[in-house]
Amino acid sequence: MTKVHQDIEAALSCVKNGHTLMVGGFGLIGAPLTLIDGLTKKDVAGLTVISNNLGEKGKGLGILLSQKKIKKAIGSYFTSNREVGEFYQRGDIDLELLPQGTLAESMRAGGAGIGGYYTKTSVGTDLAKGKEEREINGVTYIFEPAIRANVALIRAWKADTLGNLVYYKTARNFNPVMATAADVVIVEVDEIVEPGELPPEEIVTPHLFVDGIIKATKILTKEGVIDYE
Amino acid sequence: MSDKEQMQNLIARRAAKELAGPSIVNLGIGIPTLVSKYIDDENVFFHTENGLLGVADVEEDKIDPNLVNAGKLPVGESIGASFFNSAESFAMIRGGHIDVAILGVLQVGQNGEIANWAVPGKNIMGVGGAMDLLVGAKKVIVTMTHTNKEGISKILRECTYPITSTRSVDMIITELAVFEVVEKQLKLIELMPGVSIEEVRAKTEADFIY
Repeated sequence: MTKVHQDIEAALSCVKNGHTLMVGGFGLIGAPLTLIDGLTKKDVAGLTVISNNLGEKGKGLGILLSQKKIKKAIGSYFTSNREVGEFYQRGDIDLELLPQGTLAESMRAGGAGIGGYYTKTSVGTDLAKGKEEREINGVTYIFEPAIRANVALIRAWKADTLGNLVYYKTARNFNPVMATAADVVIVEVDEIVEPGELPPEEIVTPHLFVDGIIKATKILTKEGVIDYE
Repeated sequence: MSDKEQMQNLIARRAAKELAGPSIVNLGIGIPTLVSKYIDDENVFFHTENGLLGVADVEEDKIDPNLVNAGKLPVGESIGASFFNSAESFAMIRGGHIDVAILGVLQVGQNGEIANWAVPGKNIMGVGGAMDLLVGAKKVIVTMTHTNKEGISKILRECTYPITSTRSVDMIITELAVFEVVEKQLKLIELMPGVSIEEVRAKTEADFIY
Protein backbone atom coordinates (compact mmCIF):
# COMPACT_ATOMS: atom_id res chain seq x y z
CA MET A 1 0.00 0.00 0.00
CA THR A 2 1.32 3.39 -0.87
CA LYS A 3 -0.18 6.73 0.02
CA VAL A 4 1.85 8.51 -2.63
CA HIS A 5 -0.15 9.58 -5.67
CA GLN A 6 1.54 10.22 -9.00
CA ASP A 7 -1.23 12.28 -10.55
CA ILE A 8 -3.50 14.97 -9.21
CA GLU A 9 -6.75 13.41 -10.51
CA ALA A 10 -6.14 10.32 -8.39
CA ALA A 11 -5.23 12.41 -5.37
CA LEU A 12 -8.49 14.36 -5.68
CA SER A 13 -10.79 11.44 -6.54
CA CYS A 14 -12.05 11.55 -2.93
CA VAL A 15 -13.63 15.01 -3.46
CA LYS A 16 -17.31 14.76 -4.45
CA ASN A 17 -20.09 17.22 -5.23
CA GLY A 18 -21.51 18.83 -2.09
CA HIS A 19 -18.54 17.90 0.08
CA THR A 20 -17.21 19.96 2.95
CA LEU A 21 -13.50 20.62 2.51
CA MET A 22 -10.91 22.00 4.87
CA VAL A 23 -8.21 23.83 2.96
CA GLY A 24 -5.03 24.81 4.76
CA GLY A 25 -3.18 28.09 4.62
CA PHE A 26 -3.11 31.62 5.95
CA GLY A 27 -3.94 33.41 2.73
CA LEU A 28 -1.62 31.82 0.18
CA ILE A 29 1.01 31.01 2.82
CA GLY A 30 0.90 27.28 3.48
CA ALA A 31 -2.06 26.81 1.14
CA PRO A 32 -2.12 23.57 -0.92
CA LEU A 33 -1.72 25.42 -4.21
CA THR A 34 -1.25 22.26 -6.29
CA LEU A 35 -4.38 20.58 -4.94
CA ILE A 36 -6.39 23.80 -5.32
CA ASP A 37 -5.18 24.04 -8.93
CA GLY A 38 -6.35 20.44 -9.39
CA LEU A 39 -9.81 21.36 -8.06
CA THR A 40 -10.08 24.22 -10.56
CA LYS A 41 -9.72 21.59 -13.32
CA LYS A 42 -12.07 19.04 -11.71
CA ASP A 43 -15.79 18.89 -12.44
CA VAL A 44 -17.11 19.46 -8.93
CA ALA A 45 -19.74 21.80 -7.45
CA GLY A 46 -21.59 22.81 -4.31
CA LEU A 47 -18.55 22.73 -2.04
CA THR A 48 -18.47 24.06 1.50
CA VAL A 49 -14.95 25.33 2.15
CA ILE A 50 -13.52 25.76 5.65
CA SER A 51 -10.41 27.92 5.42
CA ASN A 52 -9.15 31.04 7.16
CA ASN A 53 -9.54 33.07 3.93
CA LEU A 54 -10.75 32.45 0.39
CA GLY A 55 -7.33 33.20 -1.10
CA GLU A 56 -6.99 36.44 -2.97
CA LYS A 57 -8.91 37.54 -6.05
CA GLY A 58 -7.91 35.16 -8.84
CA LYS A 59 -5.38 33.35 -6.63
CA GLY A 60 -5.57 30.14 -4.58
CA LEU A 61 -9.13 29.48 -3.42
CA GLY A 62 -10.11 32.74 -5.14
CA ILE A 63 -10.06 30.83 -8.46
CA LEU A 64 -12.53 28.21 -7.13
CA LEU A 65 -14.77 31.04 -5.98
CA SER A 66 -14.68 32.68 -9.43
CA GLN A 67 -15.66 29.31 -10.93
CA LYS A 68 -18.75 29.21 -8.64
CA LYS A 69 -17.78 25.85 -7.17
CA ILE A 70 -18.12 27.11 -3.58
CA LYS A 71 -21.63 27.43 -2.14
CA LYS A 72 -20.55 28.19 1.42
CA ALA A 73 -17.39 29.35 3.15
CA ILE A 74 -16.51 29.16 6.84
CA GLY A 75 -13.53 31.29 7.85
CA SER A 76 -12.25 34.23 9.87
CA TYR A 77 -11.07 36.79 7.32
CA PHE A 78 -12.62 37.05 3.86
CA THR A 79 -11.61 40.71 3.48
CA SER A 80 -8.41 39.77 1.64
CA ASN A 81 -10.46 38.76 -1.42
CA ARG A 82 -12.88 41.53 -2.38
CA GLU A 83 -14.64 39.21 -4.82
CA VAL A 84 -16.11 37.38 -1.81
CA GLY A 85 -18.11 40.53 -0.98
CA GLU A 86 -19.41 40.77 -4.54
CA PHE A 87 -20.53 37.11 -4.48
CA TYR A 88 -22.15 37.58 -1.08
CA GLN A 89 -24.09 40.69 -2.23
CA ARG A 90 -25.51 38.74 -5.18
CA GLY A 91 -26.46 35.82 -2.91
CA ASP A 92 -24.02 33.53 -4.72
CA ILE A 93 -22.29 32.35 -1.54
CA ASP A 94 -23.18 31.75 2.11
CA LEU A 95 -20.61 32.92 4.64
CA GLU A 96 -20.03 31.91 8.23
CA LEU A 97 -17.57 34.14 10.04
CA LEU A 98 -15.80 32.81 13.13
CA PRO A 99 -13.07 34.39 15.27
CA GLN A 100 -9.77 32.90 14.14
CA GLY A 101 -9.17 31.19 17.48
CA THR A 102 -12.65 29.67 17.41
CA LEU A 103 -12.10 28.43 13.86
CA ALA A 104 -8.87 26.70 14.91
CA GLU A 105 -10.19 25.35 18.22
CA SER A 106 -13.36 24.00 16.59
CA MET A 107 -11.16 22.01 14.22
CA ARG A 108 -9.02 20.81 17.12
CA ALA A 109 -12.17 19.65 18.92
CA GLY A 110 -13.48 18.00 15.74
CA GLY A 111 -10.24 16.10 15.36
CA ALA A 112 -10.17 15.01 19.00
CA GLY A 113 -13.66 13.54 19.19
CA ILE A 114 -15.05 16.47 21.19
CA GLY A 115 -18.57 17.63 20.28
CA GLY A 116 -18.05 21.27 21.18
CA TYR A 117 -16.73 23.55 23.89
CA TYR A 118 -17.36 26.80 25.75
CA THR A 119 -15.26 29.90 25.04
CA LYS A 120 -15.21 33.55 26.17
CA THR A 121 -14.26 34.74 22.70
CA SER A 122 -17.04 36.79 21.03
CA VAL A 123 -19.31 36.87 24.11
CA GLY A 124 -21.46 40.02 23.92
CA THR A 125 -20.67 40.68 20.25
CA ASP A 126 -22.62 40.27 17.02
CA LEU A 127 -20.80 36.98 16.36
CA ALA A 128 -22.29 35.43 19.51
CA LYS A 129 -25.90 36.09 18.47
CA GLY A 130 -28.03 32.96 18.74
CA LYS A 131 -25.31 30.98 20.51
CA GLU A 132 -25.92 29.26 23.85
CA GLU A 133 -24.47 31.12 26.83
CA ARG A 134 -23.31 29.46 30.02
CA GLU A 135 -21.82 30.84 33.19
CA ILE A 136 -18.90 28.85 34.61
CA ASN A 137 -17.27 30.05 37.85
CA GLY A 138 -18.83 33.49 37.37
CA VAL A 139 -17.56 33.95 33.79
CA THR A 140 -19.84 33.97 30.74
CA TYR A 141 -18.94 31.62 27.91
CA ILE A 142 -20.66 30.67 24.66
CA PHE A 143 -20.95 27.22 23.17
CA GLU A 144 -19.15 26.51 19.91
CA PRO A 145 -19.68 23.20 18.13
CA ALA A 146 -16.73 21.22 16.77
CA ILE A 147 -16.22 21.19 13.01
CA ARG A 148 -15.12 18.39 10.72
CA ALA A 149 -14.87 17.91 6.98
CA ASN A 150 -15.18 15.15 4.42
CA VAL A 151 -11.76 15.96 3.02
CA ALA A 152 -8.84 18.12 4.19
CA LEU A 153 -6.41 19.44 1.59
CA ILE A 154 -3.22 20.59 3.26
CA ARG A 155 0.37 21.54 2.56
CA ALA A 156 3.50 20.44 4.39
CA TRP A 157 7.21 20.76 3.74
CA LYS A 158 8.32 17.11 3.84
CA ALA A 159 6.51 13.79 4.06
CA ASP A 160 7.92 10.33 4.34
CA THR A 161 6.07 7.71 2.32
CA LEU A 162 4.16 6.60 5.44
CA GLY A 163 2.71 10.10 5.72
CA ASN A 164 4.67 11.56 8.62
CA LEU A 165 4.84 15.33 8.10
CA VAL A 166 7.00 18.31 8.98
CA TYR A 167 6.15 21.89 8.10
CA TYR A 168 8.05 24.98 6.98
CA LYS A 169 8.06 28.17 9.09
CA THR A 170 4.71 30.03 9.14
CA ALA A 171 3.41 27.85 6.29
CA ARG A 172 2.34 25.51 9.12
CA ASN A 173 -0.65 27.54 10.43
CA PHE A 174 -3.93 25.59 10.10
CA ASN A 175 -2.48 22.56 8.29
CA PRO A 176 -1.65 20.27 11.25
CA VAL A 177 -4.99 20.84 12.96
CA MET A 178 -6.94 20.27 9.72
CA ALA A 179 -5.04 17.01 9.30
CA THR A 180 -6.83 15.72 12.40
CA ALA A 181 -10.37 16.79 11.54
CA ALA A 182 -11.37 15.26 8.18
CA ASP A 183 -12.39 11.79 7.01
CA VAL A 184 -9.78 11.87 4.25
CA VAL A 185 -6.58 13.95 4.42
CA ILE A 186 -4.54 14.70 1.30
CA VAL A 187 -1.23 16.52 1.64
CA GLU A 188 1.01 18.13 -0.94
CA VAL A 189 4.66 18.48 -0.04
CA ASP A 190 7.85 19.96 -1.41
CA GLU A 191 9.78 16.78 -0.74
CA ILE A 192 8.94 13.08 -0.27
CA VAL A 193 11.50 11.02 1.66
CA GLU A 194 11.84 7.42 2.87
CA PRO A 195 10.61 6.37 6.35
CA GLY A 196 13.37 6.91 8.90
CA GLU A 197 14.73 10.04 7.25
CA LEU A 198 12.61 12.41 9.36
CA PRO A 199 13.75 12.46 13.00
CA PRO A 200 10.85 11.02 15.04
CA GLU A 201 11.17 13.81 17.62
CA GLU A 202 10.58 16.44 14.95
CA ILE A 203 7.52 14.95 13.24
CA VAL A 204 4.58 17.32 13.70
CA THR A 205 1.81 15.26 12.07
CA PRO A 206 2.14 11.49 12.66
CA HIS A 207 1.22 9.34 9.64
CA LEU A 208 -2.05 7.96 11.01
CA PHE A 209 -3.70 11.29 10.13
CA VAL A 210 -2.62 11.23 6.48
CA ASP A 211 -4.32 9.30 3.65
CA GLY A 212 -2.73 10.62 0.49
CA ILE A 213 0.48 12.40 -0.50
CA ILE A 214 1.39 14.22 -3.70
CA LYS A 215 4.47 16.17 -4.68
CA ALA A 216 3.70 19.88 -5.03
CA THR A 217 4.04 21.39 -8.49
CA LYS A 218 3.08 24.93 -7.44
CA ILE A 219 5.21 27.03 -5.14
CA LEU A 220 4.73 30.44 -3.52
CA THR A 221 7.62 32.82 -4.25
CA LYS A 222 8.18 36.53 -3.70
CA GLU A 223 7.00 36.99 -7.28
CA GLY A 224 3.79 34.99 -6.71
CA VAL A 225 2.70 31.43 -7.41
CA ILE A 226 4.88 29.65 -9.96
CA ASP A 227 5.30 26.10 -11.30
CA TYR A 228 8.18 24.01 -9.98
CA GLU A 229 10.83 23.56 -12.60
CA MET B 1 8.97 60.66 6.70
CA SER B 2 5.56 62.08 5.80
CA ASP B 3 3.46 63.86 8.45
CA LYS B 4 1.32 60.73 8.72
CA GLU B 5 4.34 58.48 9.22
CA GLN B 6 5.79 60.85 11.81
CA MET B 7 2.51 60.75 13.73
CA GLN B 8 2.37 56.95 13.55
CA ASN B 9 5.94 56.65 14.76
CA LEU B 10 5.31 59.11 17.60
CA ILE B 11 2.47 56.87 18.81
CA ALA B 12 4.49 53.67 18.31
CA ARG B 13 7.49 55.07 20.21
CA ARG B 14 5.24 55.99 23.16
CA ALA B 15 3.68 52.52 23.14
CA ALA B 16 7.14 50.95 23.20
CA LYS B 17 7.77 52.58 26.60
CA GLU B 18 5.06 50.33 28.03
CA LEU B 19 6.99 47.17 27.18
CA ALA B 20 9.69 45.77 29.42
CA GLY B 21 11.00 42.22 29.58
CA PRO B 22 10.37 39.54 30.41
CA SER B 23 7.23 39.86 28.35
CA ILE B 24 5.30 38.17 25.53
CA VAL B 25 3.78 40.75 23.20
CA ASN B 26 1.37 40.44 20.27
CA LEU B 27 1.39 43.33 17.79
CA GLY B 28 -1.56 44.05 15.52
CA ILE B 29 -1.55 45.48 12.01
CA GLY B 30 -0.71 49.14 11.26
CA ILE B 31 0.76 51.40 13.96
CA PRO B 32 1.28 48.44 16.37
CA THR B 33 3.67 46.80 13.87
CA LEU B 34 5.96 49.86 14.17
CA VAL B 35 6.37 49.38 17.93
CA SER B 36 8.98 46.62 17.63
CA LYS B 37 11.61 48.92 16.09
CA TYR B 38 11.61 51.00 19.29
CA ILE B 39 12.27 47.97 21.50
CA ASP B 40 15.82 47.05 22.44
CA ASP B 41 15.20 44.43 25.11
CA GLU B 42 16.08 40.82 24.37
CA ASN B 43 13.50 39.66 26.90
CA VAL B 44 10.58 41.15 25.00
CA PHE B 45 9.36 38.35 22.72
CA PHE B 46 6.94 39.06 19.89
CA HIS B 47 4.15 36.57 19.14
CA THR B 48 2.14 36.54 15.94
CA GLU B 49 -1.09 34.56 15.81
CA ASN B 50 -0.34 32.82 12.52
CA GLY B 51 2.15 30.71 14.44
CA LEU B 52 5.47 32.26 15.47
CA LEU B 53 6.96 33.27 18.82
CA GLY B 54 10.11 35.30 18.15
CA VAL B 55 9.14 37.71 15.37
CA ALA B 56 12.09 39.82 14.20
CA ASP B 57 12.70 42.38 11.48
CA VAL B 58 13.90 41.04 8.13
CA GLU B 59 16.31 42.52 5.64
CA GLU B 60 15.05 42.98 2.10
CA ASP B 61 17.38 40.32 0.64
CA LYS B 62 16.40 37.74 3.27
CA ILE B 63 12.63 37.89 2.71
CA ASP B 64 11.00 34.45 2.69
CA PRO B 65 7.42 34.35 1.32
CA ASN B 66 6.55 31.61 3.81
CA LEU B 67 7.68 33.61 6.86
CA VAL B 68 5.13 36.32 7.59
CA ASN B 69 3.23 38.01 10.41
CA ALA B 70 -0.54 38.14 10.89
CA GLY B 71 -0.69 41.05 8.45
CA LYS B 72 0.95 38.73 5.86
CA LEU B 73 3.99 41.03 5.84
CA PRO B 74 7.44 39.41 5.63
CA VAL B 75 9.25 39.06 8.96
CA GLY B 76 12.33 37.37 10.35
CA GLU B 77 12.77 34.90 13.20
CA SER B 78 14.84 35.69 16.29
CA ILE B 79 17.26 33.29 17.98
CA GLY B 80 15.15 31.00 20.14
CA ALA B 81 12.08 31.39 17.94
CA SER B 82 9.47 28.65 17.59
CA PHE B 83 6.71 27.81 15.12
CA PHE B 84 3.36 26.23 16.03
CA ASN B 85 -0.05 25.59 14.53
CA SER B 86 -3.05 27.94 14.67
CA ALA B 87 -4.89 26.03 17.42
CA GLU B 88 -1.82 26.13 19.65
CA SER B 89 -1.22 29.78 18.84
CA PHE B 90 -4.76 30.71 19.87
CA ALA B 91 -4.50 28.52 22.96
CA MET B 92 -1.62 30.82 23.92
CA ILE B 93 -3.86 33.84 23.35
CA ARG B 94 -7.12 32.53 24.81
CA GLY B 95 -5.37 30.72 27.64
CA GLY B 96 -3.92 33.93 29.06
CA HIS B 97 -0.28 33.37 28.05
CA ILE B 98 0.17 36.68 26.20
CA ASP B 99 1.21 39.56 28.45
CA VAL B 100 0.43 42.50 26.19
CA ALA B 101 -1.54 42.95 22.97
CA ILE B 102 -1.21 46.21 21.04
CA LEU B 103 -4.07 46.79 18.62
CA GLY B 104 -5.42 49.31 16.18
CA VAL B 105 -9.10 50.27 16.36
CA LEU B 106 -11.85 52.06 14.46
CA GLN B 107 -13.49 53.47 17.61
CA VAL B 108 -13.10 53.46 21.40
CA GLY B 109 -15.98 54.08 23.79
CA GLN B 110 -15.53 55.96 27.05
CA ASN B 111 -16.05 52.67 28.90
CA GLY B 112 -12.92 51.36 27.18
CA GLU B 113 -14.75 48.99 24.85
CA ILE B 114 -13.45 49.02 21.29
CA ALA B 115 -14.75 48.44 17.79
CA ASN B 116 -12.20 47.24 15.25
CA TRP B 117 -13.72 44.58 12.99
CA ALA B 118 -16.93 45.73 11.31
CA VAL B 119 -18.58 48.84 9.89
CA PRO B 120 -22.41 49.11 9.81
CA GLY B 121 -23.95 49.01 6.36
CA LYS B 122 -21.02 47.12 4.87
CA ASN B 123 -20.66 43.36 4.51
CA ILE B 124 -19.04 41.86 7.58
CA MET B 125 -16.18 40.03 5.95
CA GLY B 126 -13.43 39.59 8.50
CA VAL B 127 -12.67 39.39 12.20
CA GLY B 128 -9.35 37.53 12.34
CA GLY B 129 -7.90 37.21 15.83
CA ALA B 130 -9.18 40.49 17.30
CA MET B 131 -11.88 38.98 19.53
CA ASP B 132 -9.50 36.30 20.81
CA LEU B 133 -6.83 38.85 21.76
CA LEU B 134 -9.37 41.01 23.61
CA VAL B 135 -10.53 38.18 25.86
CA GLY B 136 -7.13 36.57 26.30
CA ALA B 137 -4.31 39.11 26.58
CA LYS B 138 -3.46 40.20 30.13
CA LYS B 139 -3.05 43.84 29.06
CA VAL B 140 -4.49 45.47 25.94
CA ILE B 141 -3.04 48.73 24.61
CA VAL B 142 -4.73 50.61 21.77
CA THR B 143 -2.61 52.72 19.42
CA MET B 144 -4.66 55.01 17.20
CA THR B 145 -4.93 58.41 15.60
CA HIS B 146 -7.14 60.58 17.79
CA THR B 147 -9.50 61.58 14.97
CA ASN B 148 -10.55 60.15 11.61
CA LYS B 149 -9.71 61.65 8.21
CA GLU B 150 -12.57 64.14 8.61
CA GLY B 151 -11.16 65.30 11.94
CA ILE B 152 -13.96 63.64 13.93
CA SER B 153 -13.13 62.07 17.30
CA LYS B 154 -12.63 58.30 17.31
CA ILE B 155 -12.83 58.30 21.12
CA LEU B 156 -16.60 58.37 21.63
CA ARG B 157 -19.17 58.29 24.41
CA GLU B 158 -20.21 54.94 22.96
CA CYS B 159 -19.00 52.89 20.01
CA THR B 160 -21.44 53.15 17.10
CA TYR B 161 -19.77 50.27 15.26
CA PRO B 162 -20.14 46.66 16.47
CA ILE B 163 -17.92 46.07 19.51
CA THR B 164 -15.09 43.54 19.48
CA SER B 165 -15.52 42.48 23.11
CA THR B 166 -17.22 43.51 26.33
CA ARG B 167 -13.73 43.60 27.88
CA SER B 168 -12.37 47.14 28.19
CA VAL B 169 -8.86 47.86 26.97
CA ASP B 170 -6.29 49.05 29.52
CA MET B 171 -4.57 51.94 27.75
CA ILE B 172 -5.15 54.21 24.73
CA ILE B 173 -2.26 56.01 23.06
CA THR B 174 -2.89 58.68 20.41
CA GLU B 175 -0.78 61.46 18.90
CA LEU B 176 -2.37 63.84 21.43
CA ALA B 177 -2.61 61.96 24.70
CA VAL B 178 -2.38 58.76 26.72
CA PHE B 179 -5.42 57.46 28.58
CA GLU B 180 -5.80 54.66 31.07
CA VAL B 181 -9.10 52.87 31.53
CA VAL B 182 -9.92 52.65 35.22
CA GLU B 183 -13.17 51.00 36.24
CA LYS B 184 -14.70 51.52 32.80
CA GLN B 185 -13.77 55.23 32.79
CA LEU B 186 -11.15 57.05 30.74
CA LYS B 187 -8.45 58.81 32.67
CA LEU B 188 -6.03 61.11 30.83
CA ILE B 189 -2.58 60.41 32.26
CA GLU B 190 -0.31 62.20 29.83
CA LEU B 191 -0.33 64.86 27.13
CA MET B 192 1.97 64.30 24.17
CA PRO B 193 4.70 66.96 23.73
CA GLY B 194 3.32 70.34 22.71
CA VAL B 195 -0.33 69.33 23.13
CA SER B 196 -2.68 71.29 25.40
CA ILE B 197 -5.56 69.91 27.41
CA GLU B 198 -7.86 72.29 25.53
CA GLU B 199 -6.89 70.65 22.24
CA VAL B 200 -7.56 67.19 23.65
CA ARG B 201 -10.94 68.28 25.00
CA ALA B 202 -11.86 69.84 21.64
CA LYS B 203 -10.99 66.68 19.74
CA THR B 204 -12.46 64.10 22.14
CA GLU B 205 -16.16 63.30 22.20
CA ALA B 206 -15.86 60.99 25.20
CA ASP B 207 -15.90 62.21 28.78
CA PHE B 208 -12.64 61.62 30.60
CA ILE B 209 -11.09 62.28 33.98
CA TYR B 210 -8.12 64.64 34.11
